[in-house]
Amino acid sequence: MRLPVSWLVQQLELNDDTKDLTPDQVAEAFTRIGIEVEQLTPLGPVTGPLVVGRVAEIEELTGFKKPIRFCTVEIGDPLITDPLDDHPDPVDPHAPATTQVICGATNFVEGDLVVVALPGAVLPGGFAITSRKTYGRISNGMICSLSELGLGDDHSGILVLPSGEAAPGDDAVELLGLTDTVIEVAPTPDMGYCFSVRGLARELACALDLRVIDPAAVEVPPAEGESVPVTIEDPDGCSRFALRRISGIDPTAPTPWFIRGRLALAGIRSISLAVDVTNYVMLETGQPMHAFDTTKVSGAFTVRRARPGEKLVTLDDVTRTLDPDDIVVCDETGPISLAGVMGGASTEISPESTDILLEAAIWDPASIARAVRRHKLPSEASKRFERSVDPALPPSALERAARLLREYGEGRVQPGRTDVGNPTMPEPVVMAMDLPDRVAGIRYARGVTVTRLQQIGCTVDVGADADGTPTVTAYPPSWRADLLQPADLVEEVLRLQGYDTIPTELPSAPPGRGLTPAQRRKRAVGRALAEHGYVEVLPFPFIDPAVFDAFGLPADDSRRRTLSVLNPLEADRHALATTLLPGLLDTLTRNVSRGARDVALFHIGQVVLPRHQSAPMPDVAVTARPGDDELRMLAAALPNQPVHVAAVLAGNRTRAGWWGAGEPASWADAIQSARTVAAAAGVELTVHKSDLLPWHPGRCAELRVGGFPVGHAGELHPKVVEALGLPARTCAMELDLDALPLVESRPVPLVSPYPPVLLDVALVVPTDVPVAEVADALRAGGGDLLEDLSLFDVYTGEQVGEGKRSLAYALRFRAPDRTLTVEEATAARDTAVATATERFGAVLRA
Amino acid sequence: MSGANDPYDPKEVAALSPQTLQAAVDKARAEFAAAADLDALAAVKPAHLGDRSPLLLARREIGALPPQARSEAGKRVNEAQAAIKAAFDERRARLQAERDERVLREEGVDVTLPWDRVPRGARHPITTLSDRIADVFVGMGYEVAEGPELEGEWFNFDALNFKKDHPARSMQDTFYVAPENSGMVLRTHTSPVQIRSLLDRELPVYVVCPGRTYRTDELDATHTPVFSQVEGLAIDKGLTMAHLKGTLDAFAKAMFGAESRVRLRPSFFPFTEPSAELDVWFPEKKGGAGWVEWGGCGMVHPNVLRACGVDPDTYSGFAFGMGIERTLQFRNGIPDMRDMVEGDVRFTLPFGTEAQ
Repeated sequence: MRLPVSWLVQQLELNDDTKDLTPDQVAEAFTRIGIEVEQLTPLGPVTGPLVVGRVAEIEELTGFKKPIRFCTVEIGDPLITDPLDDHPDPVDPHAPATTQVICGATNFVEGDLVVVALPGAVLPGGFAITSRKTYGRISNGMICSLSELGLGDDHSGILVLPSGEAAPGDDAVELLGLTDTVIEVAPTPDMGYCFSVRGLARELACALDLRVIDPAAVEVPPAEGESVPVTIEDPDGCSRFALRRISGIDPTAPTPWFIRGRLALAGIRSISLAVDVTNYVMLETGQPMHAFDTTKVSGAFTVRRARPGEKLVTLDDVTRTLDPDDIVVCDETGPISLAGVMGGASTEISPESTDILLEAAIWDPASIARAVRRHKLPSEASKRFERSVDPALPPSALERAARLLREYGEGRVQPGRTDVGNPTMPEPVVMAMDLPDRVAGIRYARGVTVTRLQQIGCTVDVGADADGTPTVTAYPPSWRADLLQPADLVEEVLRLQGYDTIPTELPSAPPGRGLTPAQRRKRAVGRALAEHGYVEVLPFPFIDPAVFDAFGLPADDSRRRTLSVLNPLEADRHALATTLLPGLLDTLTRNVSRGARDVALFHIGQVVLPRHQSAPMPDVAVTARPGDDELRMLAAALPNQPVHVAAVLAGNRTRAGWWGAGEPASWADAIQSARTVAAAAGVELTVHKSDLLPWHPGRCAELRVGGFPVGHAGELHPKVVEALGLPARTCAMELDLDALPLVESRPVPLVSPYPPVLLDVALVVPTDVPVAEVADALRAGGGDLLEDLSLFDVYTGEQVGEGKRSLAYALRFRAPDRTLTVEEATAARDTAVATATERFGAVLRA
Repeated sequence: MSGANDPYDPKEVAALSPQTLQAAVDKARAEFAAAADLDALAAVKPAHLGDRSPLLLARREIGALPPQARSEAGKRVNEAQAAIKAAFDERRARLQAERDERVLREEGVDVTLPWDRVPRGARHPITTLSDRIADVFVGMGYEVAEGPELEGEWFNFDALNFKKDHPARSMQDTFYVAPENSGMVLRTHTSPVQIRSLLDRELPVYVVCPGRTYRTDELDATHTPVFSQVEGLAIDKGLTMAHLKGTLDAFAKAMFGAESRVRLRPSFFPFTEPSAELDVWFPEKKGGAGWVEWGGCGMVHPNVLRACGVDPDTYSGFAFGMGIERTLQFRNGIPDMRDMVEGDVRFTLPFGTEAQ
């Protein structure tokens, strides 16, 4: 909200200490008590002669692309002369001084009061005014628009001042308040009352310990009958509805400068006196108002929810289909206004309207918020209604507006006033007297709590509860609907006393148990992958489901079962990732497109896996802890979100260089990355041949822990690589980290001091027998004496025959308690080989 | 040298004469010295120390001497023999040293040649900074709590005292999840983990909750729709706002050095009352030490405690939260937040594997 600082200061009863209150002090005071100051913008600066002028004569120049006027303007002071005129005429001390100015605007007539910047003046933005020749004439200055004066962004024409408000020659800097400063504040959403001069001035008064002048404190005379009979059919939606009729308004009456200027600085354009007055009173008091043209409404009013299918043409000439949740004001013809949001076109006041009906009402904040969202119609009025408006305001705001219309528009305020409804006023709050002290951790001086509560407008009673503990009972003012319980009062005391007065003290938490095993594992996995050359990235979880077509996934693949974001930032990336690979591959592509060649990336993150049977989200209250059933339902309504770890790699795994060629990243590296994860997690991973898209059907491994599949690794399918534009032979791994059992890994290594016996075997086995299974057989057969085995050669060729291969293993045997004999080791080796023979027909190669 | 059938004259065995022996020693020394390398030395060795060397042959003649002369002759031969052996050993040691030196010299390489065959990896600085923050609080006795990123509105809003249709809720720029009114949102803050912690844990509760959060902000230099927060929650008997300030001061010092501290400005969050914006004194601020906006905090709202079944008349506590990206941005002077989310390895690699 933007306002001139002078408007706020005008509502304060300044004392000797504060009579020179500066805008910076105002801003500092707001910040200290919790009203954020977004900007402090001094007007101007304007130097040199800026005066009021009366347009004496207009000569329309022709022959130019746009209308140009050569104006003679009376500027009061006869001593100002034309500096370009070498032979000035003798000055007639009795004639008003005039000057001539070229002007491109046409929104004024002879006799109008305007603002003239004379040669030597410098306008905001360093715009220096000089006499100059233009359009064939000498122009001795400029007739100014609001925006040229730095008073808002209205540059639709020059500024015409109401006659009688100034005289030619008057100093316009003072008249227009160009030495003022505009303050822009962003009150928090609980402070509905701060969207007004009334509320902000009160806050400022609290911060500076001053008295405030309440602009809404106008005497409201007793009503003599009703303006229009009104029935509130929906008391939940409308707690108060008031009307006042003003007739005989002069539609040509200009808006006085003090209203127009303040509206301009608040960012509101002047429309007509009637509209300007409603906006002014809204800024001043916080009560939004609506003006109907009395001659266009018919019969009694009804306030109700819209009926299904009902339509309303709003002020912006859009036909809106109303929702049964919308609150509408109706006359006998049906809806004439979308309550609190926008009026209807049929009863709109026009520039000719002379008889108007002013509405000031209190609407249900939540209903207004929903209507605004539904119709996408945020406005100054709805902003205030959503945050709640003081329910005591309608009659006084109407009175204030009516008086302004009477004074400046010669309107006749009709004696009747409608004021119906049953507004709810804040309930008293009882609080232990020392609660603010106990929350802050400080002992405030005696009386602080009561004083602060009174300052914000509460009526305060001091008493004691049944135990004799001193209490305060605060009766919040009508505009503080946010003060509901003791904590709300505590905040008022603490913020006004200043958070800087609160001491610092370090609490002693009970001894913690450190990180959980899962948390330690996640860190260990991340560190291990990084130490092995992978770079961690954090892609967004938003994916385009088309990626699964590129993956070649069948229609019923579970990874296609995604949840979607309703309001994605990029329309096609609306699905929540069920696998980390799309995000990683995107990031890989980005790196490659930026010139990287050897890239290895990893990501540890949650994926969203919808349940097969989705349960509805239960409606759970917040007044007490939910029951166990409710907690179970809350849990069941959310999808599974396990933590996955995935890696992708392309280019070389070890680089090429002066030492020779590099080693291309391969399926084996991808599988190794899974082993790295498993090792960091302290679990045993087994590798099994598999075939799952997007992996290459012959180069895909299923990874299992304890017999359960936990993920896949290998080279990507060439078609996937092509479809996604990835580097050739891109490899990938993805594991469900949460599926790995959390073993408290407690190794008990037995280190035998006895020498080993090393024996090699070469086994010929059918090619389709996986190496891992041969090794398993050897291990099983070798028994406890087989300490280690390693595959040192794989041979295929004529010597072993078609469809076979030779696997050469180095076996290391050792006994824990004695020196193993060669005979014992040989016997163990023979059993190992026998097991491999039995399982796969392995033949010992000669 | 006398042959076997030479007429025997014990006084004139030439081979044993001092002159002959000295000549043999001199010759051996000369030839050893002339040997250029170990091979050459080995080649000349037999001639002087071998079975057919002059000294060995001379030693055989000793028996032919009269007994009284044998001892003296034997001594002379031994001395000559020792001299030759010493000369040999000395030469060999020298040649070996020369050879070793040469070999080492020849094996020398240009150690400045690059050898970055195995590429380095790195953890993302957001991860390492989150871990480090968590560690600071773990050090104070807190535990680390986590929760799902796709949350129920009940956890993300309702239980945190966000009233339905209140502007505070719509101001959160929430990603909603299909179907319409599913009750699911991408969590807009890590605060739902507060609720989960209070529901799941025994009191008192001291937890720190790092995690990923979501808001519908377009990606630019200072905003990202997916970001990270870390949140702290302490619920115990008798906790005050002074305890909040003390905790945040300790945290600030752990992160930014002993000079650092925090400053609170009144503000509004539905889930705290009183609420405050949190500024931190950052000694290394660009352009000079100063206050930097860091996050939000406050005393946990009684409505939040009630929703979790905690009696606000017995327990109180505080909560605070800050953005990790923002912290990293001002701490490390990173001008553009996009670098943190795009995953360019050139950004991440310099951070290594632990918080920098």
